[in-house]
Amino acid sequence: MATKKFMYLNRRSSFGTVYAIESLEVVLIAAAFEQDVSLAFMDDGVYQIVEGQNSDGIGMKNFSKTFHALGDYDINKLYVSKESLEERGLTESDLMPLVYEDEDDDWAEKPSIKIVTNDELTAIMSEQDVCLSF
Amino acid sequence: MKFAIQVNEGPYQHQASDTAFQFAKAAIENGHEIMRVFFYHDGVNNASRFTLPPQDDRHVVNNWASLNIKDADGEPELVVCIAAALRRGMLDESEATKNSIEGNNLHPAFRISGLGQLIEAGIQSDRLVVFGD
Repeated sequence: MATKKFMYLNRRSSFGTVYAIESLEVVLIAAAFEQDVSLAFMDDGVYQIVEGQNSDGIGMKNFSKTFHALGDYDINKLYVSKESLEERGLTESDLMPLVYEDEDDDWAEKPSIKIVTNDELTAIMSEQDVCLSF
Repeated sequence: MKFAIQVNEGPYQHQASDTAFQFAKAAIENGHEIMRVFFYHDGVNNASRFTLPPQDDRHVVNNWASLNIKDADGEPELVVCIAAALRRGMLDESEATKNSIEGNNLHPAFRISGLGQLIEAGIQSDRLVVFGD
């Protein structure tokens, strides 16, 4: 099957709407299709990968830990908007330490998250074949 | 060009489904192919055969059905996401029987299937066009 560049664009926070958990579900299902996958987090979407989420009080599943599994599915390009973080008073240290093992580098553990400016994100988006927005 | 379409919103509340329909109709009229329409999130509500708008309003469900979007074997390519559909009470005969529920509401021009069909559409089409917020 042809390989295309798929980007999943996440613009909403973890809870409040169904989109964050749906996006993650699609990413995991789509992993079986072995495409070139990247994720982008901008606007309130940056909240999805903040460390230490707790949804006990709202009766919803805390699915944020599932992001740690992405590395095992060869999904290791997670682009986060620098401007969106700054607008919300967040820094990279507030985010989950998501990593993957690089098979081309003796399985060294490397960070999956890359902070990029909106200009850089625009350039990355324009390289994609398919962009699914959540 | 070979298009795939994704519809994320239900009928009548949001214009997304109408706009997607107009786009699909225009594309077909201009010699393009719509290989699949994937109904996701509240978009699954576009597939209810119980939809009864007032007489002076457009019929969103029948509009979709009128496009006759099928594969080479005559199977409908108006595809409704199964997880989104079952959550919202959108059932075909097989799902109703499986879950011991009387009655079913899926319009026969549509079929229920999984999210893999959306990814496959993204791979096989020249463009995947998304309608909705």
